[in-house]
Amino acid sequence: MTVTDEPQENERWGAGVIPYAQMGYWMPDYEPKPSDILAAFRITPQDGVPAEEAGAAVAGESSTATWTVVWTDRLTAHEHYQAKCYRVEPVPGTPGQWIAYIAYDLDLFEEGSIANLTSSIIGNVFGFKPLKALRLEDMRIPPHYAKTFPGAPHGIVMEREYLNKFGRPLLGATTKPKLGLSARNYGRVVYEALRGGLDFTKDDENVNSQPFMRWRDRYLFVMEGVHRAQAETGEIKGHYLNVTAATMEDMYERAEFAKEIGSVIVMIDLTIGYTAIQSMSSWARRNGVLLHLHRAGHGTYTRQKSHGVSFRVISKWMRLAGVDHIHAGTVVGKLEGDPMMVAGYYDTLRLNHVDADPAKGLYFEQDWAALNPVMPVASGGIHAGQMHQLLHYLGEDVVLQFGGGTIGHPMGIAYGAEANRVALEAMIKARNEGRDYLAEGSDILKAAAKHSRALATALDVWGDITFNYESTDTPDVVATPTSS
Amino acid sequence: MRITQGAFSFLPDLTDEEIGAQVQYALDHGWPLSVEYTDDPHPRNSYWDMWGLPMFDLHDAASVLHEINECRRTYPQTYIRVNAYDASYGRQTTALSFLVQRPTDEPGFRLERQDSHDRVVRYSLHSYATDRPRGERYGADRPTE
Repeated sequence: MTVTDEPQENERWGAGVIPYAQMGYWMPDYEPKPSDILAAFRITPQDGVPAEEAGAAVAGESSTATWTVVWTDRLTAHEHYQAKCYRVEPVPGTPGQWIAYIAYDLDLFEEGSIANLTSSIIGNVFGFKPLKALRLEDMRIPPHYAKTFPGAPHGIVMEREYLNKFGRPLLGATTKPKLGLSARNYGRVVYEALRGGLDFTKDDENVNSQPFMRWRDRYLFVMEGVHRAQAETGEIKGHYLNVTAATMEDMYERAEFAKEIGSVIVMIDLTIGYTAIQSMSSWARRNGVLLHLHRAGHGTYTRQKSHGVSFRVISKWMRLAGVDHIHAGTVVGKLEGDPMMVAGYYDTLRLNHVDADPAKGLYFEQDWAALNPVMPVASGGIHAGQMHQLLHYLGEDVVLQFGGGTIGHPMGIAYGAEANRVALEAMIKARNEGRDYLAEGSDILKAAAKHSRALATALDVWGDITFNYESTDTPDVVATPTSS
Repeated sequence: MRITQGAFSFLPDLTDEEIGAQVQYALDHGWPLSVEYTDDPHPRNSYWDMWGLPMFDLHDAASVLHEINECRRTYPQTYIRVNAYDASYGRQTTALSFLVQRPTDEPGFRLERQDSHDRVVRYSLHSYATDRPRGERYGADRPTE
């Protein structure tokens, strides 16, 4: 950046432009307070801009600064409100990139508002010219701030107790084709998948209320399918009715109707915005309805490593905003997701205390102070033949969603659902018996298939399908393969 | 019909040896086990009857299996489930739950529909077994018509 020569101490308040670092935004001796909100940014400064100055500029632009000295700073306790860049570290193996650590005083943020938090942290600063690129890698949310949010309306424990399902991942499927089915045919898919053995079915993110199927018609037929399936299995079943709409009034109307006709869960898309998500979270808590969040659109800013916002930060914001489910990656499926990075998202969503772990992309220790955990959802190109890998990578508190892997089964949708459920239960049983289920996964599935023609057929069709592509978003410290 | 509650209802019924292995898994995690039975398997029936208290102080699978079999002998025509409970901070809920007995005849549920306003249907699930008083709901216990 272009700045004047370094000013003398008494020139701090002279009119004109001085480096951010000299305005108090670079403080290498600063000791972050336990109540500070911390951020780790990946910065790529323009040529000639020192990393410290770039880090200070990010701290300045995401807190109190403007581009020039203003005398009105002197009317405030400005040092208190200034964000402080307290460390910059070169990114190993990537010349030109640094990680800048910045501390923000709690006073800078409105309690319980993701919109306010993000308007500062990812506001103007992302278009700032002295940086070629900027990525928010991680944040440390102190308990002082976390406790101003209500968190997930129900959380993992309450969801399991409500559904009466313990000791295994939950199973779901997205209705396919996602667009074009009439409400009556759509409900058929839901009914078949649920009676066959799934716990949940799901609207896709772009199923709202289009000309081929209006929302109210869909809800009515879907709930007929859900209740029929409950009667035939003696289990609680659910369908994520997507209430995403143009206005809050529309969303409330749809959610109220979903509740009225007995749905245990509703769904929103990330595209509705942080404030709308928080509003729907309050609604879900007030009405005892689970809230599923589809992360539609996140790939536009989470995927590229040099610029944007890491999904682990989105995970933290959504844990604060309060959703019961969030799509967080599959490792082995068709969508982006390095195994270690995905493990970092899952830890962030599920654990009460998360240690810093560079191998998982976790820059900070995070104490959630009993804020409800969020159930991660694995969806996109997964099938029964990967059950051992899914259980190994993703654990037990997860919804595994097999859309094509259920509905595309050659014997029919209910058989597709059965294949997934048999595979899952067989794998859980084998794991609990102490078997090395990851190594013996194929044998365990083959043995289970002897009792289930549905599973045998699924393994024949999809057994060898894999999506082995290099991940774009990987940890800096170790190289890991995308898939095993 | 076959109700599919519990973690292993899509597999062939577990043998005693297989039940013992699951019990051992729970014990290895420090999860006490409990046995519960019911003649009303409605999915919203949370409170099945407890076969004694949770077995906080039993640490070998054989003793737990003994209690399971005692419960089976006493109530041969009920649903029986085994629960493992995780009391650790942050969980404090059931960690695993699976069926170890079903009545020979599972009558299932009737879905009742009540037409309401504007195409809305009110649904409720009716457990056929509860048409009869407790103790007369299943198999040999049930009086002939």
